Amino acid sequence: MNREGRVTRPETGGTEGEFKTFTGNRALMLEEALLFEVGGTDRTGVDIAPAPKVASRLGGLERAAPIGLYGLSEPEAVRHYTRLSRQNYGIDLGFFPLGSCTMKHNPRLNEKMARLPGFADIHPLQPVETVQGAFALIYELGEWLKTLTGMPAVAMSPKAGAHGELCGLLAIRSALEARGDARQVVLVPESAHGTNPATAAFCGYAVENIPADAEGRVDLEALKARLGPDVAAVMITNPNTCGLFERDMAAISDAVHDAGGLVYCDGANFNAIVGRVRPGDLGIDAMHINLHKTFSTPHGGGGPGSGPVVFSAALAPFAPLPFVEKDGANYHLVEEETAGEHHAGTFGRMVAFHGQMGMFSRALAYILSHGADGLRQVSEDAVLNANYILRSLEDVLDAPFAGTGPCMHEALFSDDGFAEGFTTLDVAKGLIDEGFHPMTMYFPLVVHGAMLVEPTETESRRAIDQFVGALRSVAERARAGDPVLKAAPVFAPRRRLDETGAARKPVLVWREPEVVAEAAE
Amino acid sequence: MRYLPLTDADRADMLAVVGAQTIDDLFVDVPEHARLDGPIEGLPMHASELAVERKLSRMAGRNLAAGDAPFFLGCGAYRHHVPASVDHLIQRGEFLTSYTPYQPEIAQGTVQALFEFQTQVARLYGCDVANASMYDGSTACWEAIVMARRITRRGRAVLSAGLHPHYVSVCTTMARFTGDVLDTAVPELTDGAPGDDMARLLAAVDGDVSCVVVQNPNILGHVADLSELAARCHAKGALLIAVVTEPVALGAIRSPGEMGADIVVGEGQSIGVGLNFGGPYVGLFATRDKYVRQMPGRLAGETVDADGKRGFVLTLSTREQHIRREKATSNICTNSGLCALAFTIHMSLLGERGLRDLAALNHANAVQAADRLAKVPGVELISGPFFNEFTLKLSKEARPVIRALADDGILGGVSLGRLYPGVDALANGLVVAVTETVDEDDVTELADALEEALR
Repeated sequence: MNREGRVTRPETGGTEGEFKTFTGNRALMLEEALLFEVGGTDRTGVDIAPAPKVASRLGGLERAAPIGLYGLSEPEAVRHYTRLSRQNYGIDLGFFPLGSCTMKHNPRLNEKMARLPGFADIHPLQPVETVQGAFALIYELGEWLKTLTGMPAVAMSPKAGAHGELCGLLAIRSALEARGDARQVVLVPESAHGTNPATAAFCGYAVENIPADAEGRVDLEALKARLGPDVAAVMITNPNTCGLFERDMAAISDAVHDAGGLVYCDGANFNAIVGRVRPGDLGIDAMHINLHKTFSTPHGGGGPGSGPVVFSAALAPFAPLPFVEKDGANYHLVEEETAGEHHAGTFGRMVAFHGQMGMFSRALAYILSHGADGLRQVSEDAVLNANYILRSLEDVLDAPFAGTGPCMHEALFSDDGFAEGFTTLDVAKGLIDEGFHPMTMYFPLVVHGAMLVEPTETESRRAIDQFVGALRSVAERARAGDPVLKAAPVFAPRRRLDETGAARKPVLVWREPEVVAEAAE
Repeated sequence: MRYLPLTDADRADMLAVVGAQTIDDLFVDVPEHARLDGPIEGLPMHASELAVERKLSRMAGRNLAAGDAPFFLGCGAYRHHVPASVDHLIQRGEFLTSYTPYQPEIAQGTVQALFEFQTQVARLYGCDVANASMYDGSTACWEAIVMARRITRRGRAVLSAGLHPHYVSVCTTMARFTGDVLDTAVPELTDGAPGDDMARLLAAVDGDVSCVVVQNPNILGHVADLSELAARCHAKGALLIAVVTEPVALGAIRSPGEMGADIVVGEGQSIGVGLNFGGPYVGLFATRDKYVRQMPGRLAGETVDADGKRGFVLTLSTREQHIRREKATSNICTNSGLCALAFTIHMSLLGERGLRDLAALNHANAVQAADRLAKVPGVELISGPFFNEFTLKLSKEARPVIRALADDGILGGVSLGRLYPGVDALANGLVVAVTETVDEDDVTELADALEEALR
């Protein structure tokens, strides 16, 4: 019986034992071998028309040796990937409170719109006269992003959040260089996403950490003390990765500007404030927006994302190519060819073509569906849900910053109070058995055994209450030192996986058994 | 609002639990001057599904879709037929609405598919190992140059004249900030041009060069043997990076790995992913086993679970930003997972036989089209071996010709003037791609329209 009084599967403490089956399948939970074990190099799931007979023009470069690509007939392929899909957790299936990732419902209207042939079946190098609707869409989405953030310019081409960070820092570096100022240091809070320091290093900056204060925010005095003529930029996530609003954001911006630097804002957590706060009112110079977070484009098991960047007037002249301009009823593209006329300061191109069109159409469908009023409700409900979770669990889980006031869209807990030997990992795996995707664990690094819970606005009260009940139960087991919890998950398609072993002797591609055997000899 | 489950009664109850009077109490940390009292002015309010669909459909209707025209564009993005089951499968919610597989016990579908993807890419490219995808070909190209710098500890890269100009631009942008030195050139519209470029590359490799970057087939569609160049690079301690923008070509021509390339990167869009006006696409990235720890991006690896069952996890993450921060091999986090899945499913449907048949059909169609178009007065075919894309030299500037063709509903190719603005010697060049989606009638229409436009 579960706590809601319904009968569930008998708990065996493991997936094997008395319930073992011949196939390894468990009714609807089907094991599935690799493509290379179920398919063959002589099999195909397509019928290609016979090629007309012509003399080859390949210049003697014909690929003679077998490639080793395994094929499947269509029914086999549909079954193979359908079975694999069933070993995945997704938002469609249940609550996915992965902090910092904003796993909200992905509306299917967006999928339908992105697949309209007028968006999906157009080539990026078609004459601009034949793709005016595509430019109109990019332009309109850009206008929404500018208005929602209160910023005067936007770059649409970055491919994901980290790519957006890169875009912002390249603009900052260009602006500084344009005034003959070769600053070399970027400051990043300890609590920042790993992409922040990695991005700064990727474009040639030295990275230094700035500490957090006791209330989980940037230590303004420490920051001020470090600012100087060598600091190019400060990268701040706001709301920050502890789920808290940086109360001193405007003061931080002023201090950085006074010291001659620029302010980059990581917009990963924009969902907490969209429609209620414009980051542009807080003095920032650049911010990326993860369309795959705030604006609901599906995360697809690891992308594609999309990371447009909004800019202040100070950085706008350095924005990347290409971009779309509106001229009366027509749209035109500013590329290398035309940039010289009125965008000579651009730092250049950071990607082939125009960015993630397929994400733009989805994001615009989402934005138009919500409108200004709906987007405001989005952030309000996201913040309300997170605070509700925070207050519902702070008696059983340590919430290090709960005493400082409300959180934004994420509730942060630590592992303080768990029995000896019990960890955040155990709680996460216990939640898997309860049918939830775990929260983000061990991030941010500033909190021991961090558990970062982001419910988003698209969960019902009922779903949230069920999660609260489940996390309470698992947390109590961790506090009590229930040894069964160490075995979790027991009901997932796999038990805990050996990640250490995977890294020690990496097997990254499949090889034919005879090749493996030969190598072992 | 149809996407928001909370009712007003829920909100009131929950505010009471939280101990707040109104929702505004939860935003107290926002400085007063930055709090907005109501919906942002000047923006429309929420809209029905029907209204949104109507508006976006109207926008889409203003574009000339490739399927509605004889279509011959390539240059880094190719129109291929994608089986219906691919799009169906990637839209399963368990794939579509899942995250990067940080909890592998409930993400085996994604990680196993990525393991299959890595194997397919490695084999297609003729390499030992491949990663779980990059954003696209152009960004993968820059990451490869950075990786070569890390391995060789040298900062000068030589780029082929046949490398896609957008890829060159991306690299040039980045190199300006990182201090890498790039040796670049633009292609020439004369017969034997690839030979000239190969001579330039061979001559440029010396003990200071980290890598040579060469695209095959190149921007003009020509294919070349890279073996001699690879040997030359290796003799000088440099790496050969090969770029492939049309993966279908590798069903017909020898892979870069077989020719000796050390890193092979490229665009995977042709397999499984539509044109999408340039994105999202999927960057492919493969290399030798010995360089795997210098590789950027996510990697899926095989392991076992606590019961000893085979399973898959993301691995070697000590290369990555979330562990290594400023010392990471790259800043990449989200990559192109769902497009990689589409690639994998499409490639599984093709299999070796399907890919080879598809490549043969592309080549034969292209050969026939090239010969037909070369007969048009004022059209000259730039000679050289090619796969499914070739370059014509017109008797007039190609850009206005292409625009005139578009007015008549024909998408006739990519003018080199668009790709190389200001390079007069290339202005009359037209790159034509011919895939399995092009039929004889399309070619006839293009030939007739070119004849008319060049008269």
